[in-house]
Amino acid sequence: MAVIDIRNLEVGFDTPEGKVQAVNGINLSVDRGECIGIVGESGSGKSQTFMAAMGLLARNGTARGEILFQGEQILGLGSRALNRIRGNAMSMIFQDPMTALTPHLRIGDQLTEVLTTHKGLGKRAAAARAVAMLEQVRIPEPARRMRQYPHELSGGMRQRVMIAMALLCEPELLIADEPTTALDVTVQAQVLSLMRDLKDRLNTALVLITHDLGVVAGLADRVMVMYAGLVVEEGPVETIFTDPRHPYTQGLLNSMPRIDRAGEERLTAIPGQPPNLQRLPSGCAFRPRCAYAFERCEQERPELEDIAPGRRKACHRERLEAVS
Amino acid sequence: MTNGTQAPDMAPPVRGRSLWQDALRRLSHNRAAVAAVVVLALVVLLAVVGPWIAPHAYDELYFDHVAIGPDLDAGFLFGTDTVGRDLFVRTLMGARISILVALAATSVSLLIGILYGAIAGFVGGRVDNLMMRFVDIMYALPFMFFVIILMVVFGRNIVLMFLALGAVEWLTMARIVRGQTLTLKNREFVEAAVASGVTRPRIILRHIIPNLLGPVAVYITLTIPQVILVESFLSFLGLGVQEPLTSLGVLISEGADEMETAPWMLIFPATVLATMLFCFNFIGDGVRDALDPKDR
Repeated sequence: MAVIDIRNLEVGFDTPEGKVQAVNGINLSVDRGECIGIVGESGSGKSQTFMAAMGLLARNGTARGEILFQGEQILGLGSRALNRIRGNAMSMIFQDPMTALTPHLRIGDQLTEVLTTHKGLGKRAAAARAVAMLEQVRIPEPARRMRQYPHELSGGMRQRVMIAMALLCEPELLIADEPTTALDVTVQAQVLSLMRDLKDRLNTALVLITHDLGVVAGLADRVMVMYAGLVVEEGPVETIFTDPRHPYTQGLLNSMPRIDRAGEERLTAIPGQPPNLQRLPSGCAFRPRCAYAFERCEQERPELEDIAPGRRKACHRERLEAVS
Repeated sequence: MTNGTQAPDMAPPVRGRSLWQDALRRLSHNRAAVAAVVVLALVVLLAVVGPWIAPHAYDELYFDHVAIGPDLDAGFLFGTDTVGRDLFVRTLMGARISILVALAATSVSLLIGILYGAIAGFVGGRVDNLMMRFVDIMYALPFMFFVIILMVVFGRNIVLMFLALGAVEWLTMARIVRGQTLTLKNREFVEAAVASGVTRPRIILRHIIPNLLGPVAVYITLTIPQVILVESFLSFLGLGVQEPLTSLGVLISEGADEMETAPWMLIFPATVLATMLFCFNFIGDGVRDALDPKDR
C-alpha cells in the first residue's frame, strides 16, 4: 500500500480578485522507501499540494479530492486529528532554515518538543534521542548544540537540525519543500547526500519539492513535472532526463547548465511567463509558451496518458521534433 | 538544561546566549538606562523598607510640629503636613502604595492583555473580530465614569482600584499583542511548529508569546508610569486610597492646597513622582534600543 495516495486533488484560493486555482486535480502516490521529485516553476502548485496534506493551507484556501495517508482520508481532518499524524508519521522540512526555527527556544527544546508531544517521552529520554539524531545528521558536538539557540548556528547546520527534527519520530513520509534552495552550493551537496543516506537507512518515503533539476537527478527515483496546477509529465528519473516528452520538461532541462556541454551551447530560457492562474489559456495551459503548439492545443486540453510503463505525459505531440 | 549531557571533549560548557541575554548586555551599556535603573532601585528600596526604619510612623500626629518645613533637628527631613505628620515617611508610604498599584495593575493588564491578544490574533477570523470589537466597546466606555460608579457601588478600596486600572490597561496591551501575533503567525517557524503537530495552546504559549515579549517589555515601561499617574489623578479627585493611608497622588493633592503656605508639602512628593516617571521612561527607551539594535 502506498504511504500517501493523492486522488483528484484540487486546491483553490479565494482572493479579492476572484478564485485562484492552484492545483487542478492531480493524482500521485508514493511508496515506502521511494523518492519522488516534484518539479515546476513558482506557482505551479507543487508546494500547495502538500500544504493541503499537512493542513497548512492559508485561511482562504480550500481543497477538494482525496488524500489518503496509509489508507486514511486526511483531507479535511481537524487540527487535533491531524496532529496525531503530522510531525509524527508525516513530517516536513521547510525551505528556509533561517526562519523555520523558533528564535528564542534552544535547539534542544525544539527537538524534544516533538518527542514529548508524539511519543510521550520524558524530558531526559527525549533529550537522549535528540542527541542521537543530531549525531545521525552529522552535527558535531550534538550535546553542545542542544543548548544553543538557532541564531548561533550556520544555515547548513540549521537545515540539518530541521532534518533531524523531521526524522525524530521516524516518519513514514517526509516532505522536503525546497530543502536546499536557501543553502549555498557546497552545503547543498552535503545536505543532499545526508538525505539520501537517511532515506535508505530508514526506508522513508520522500517527496522532494524543488525547481532544481540537479537536486532531483541526485535523489529522486521518479519525477513529476507540474505546470499551472497540472501534472504534465511523469516518469522514472533517468528517462525524464534523457528523453523528455513534454515541451515544458524539455524547456526546463535546456535551461539548466550542464557541465559536460559547457561552452558548446547557450542556455535557453523558456520564453514567456508562468500563466495567471485565474485566466488559464484555453486548451493546453503551456500553449502560449510552447514552440510545438498547433491548432489542437488551443481547442483541447491534453489528458495525462500512459506512453510507456510508468511514464505519462499530457501533450498532443507524439514526438518533439523541431517544427519549421 | 544544566543536567544535559556534557560534550565528550573537555571544551568549556557552552551555554547558548539567547536574544534576551544579548539585549540585557546591550542594555547594560546604555548609561542613561543603567542610571535610571539604579535611581529607581533606590527609590523602590526606600519605599519598601523606609516606613519600617523611619523614626516616625506615617500616621502619627505631632501637635507641636504642625506644618513646619524641613527640620533636621526635630527629625522631620521633609517637614510635616497640616496635621503634624512626618512628610518623609508619608512620602515613602505614598511611593510604596503607588508602586504597588502600578505593579498590580500592570500585572493584571499583562495577564489578560497578552492571553487575550494572542488568542484573538492566532485564532483569527470571526473569533478575532468578536474579541477585538469587545475591546473597542470597552475603549468607548468613559473610564472615569466607570471608576466613579465602581467606587460608589462598592465603596473605596485599593483592591478595587487595582482591578479598575487593570481592567482598562489591558485593552491597549491586547491590541499590541494581537498585532504582533498577526505578524508572527505567518512566520515560517510557527508554520513549522504546526506542521510538527504541536497543539495550538502550546504554539501560542511556547512559540508565539515569548517572541512578542519585546514590544510588551517596552509597553510595560510605559504602562507603569501611566498607571501611577492615573492613580495619582484618582486620588487627587478623592477616589483613590483613603486616609490615613496615602499615595503620591493624595500627597500632591494636599500639597497643592497648601502650596503658598507650605510649598515643601508639594515639592517633595512631586519630586519623587517625577523622578520615578523619568526613570521608567529612560528604562523604556533603553529596553527598546536594546531589543532592536538596528533601529536607533
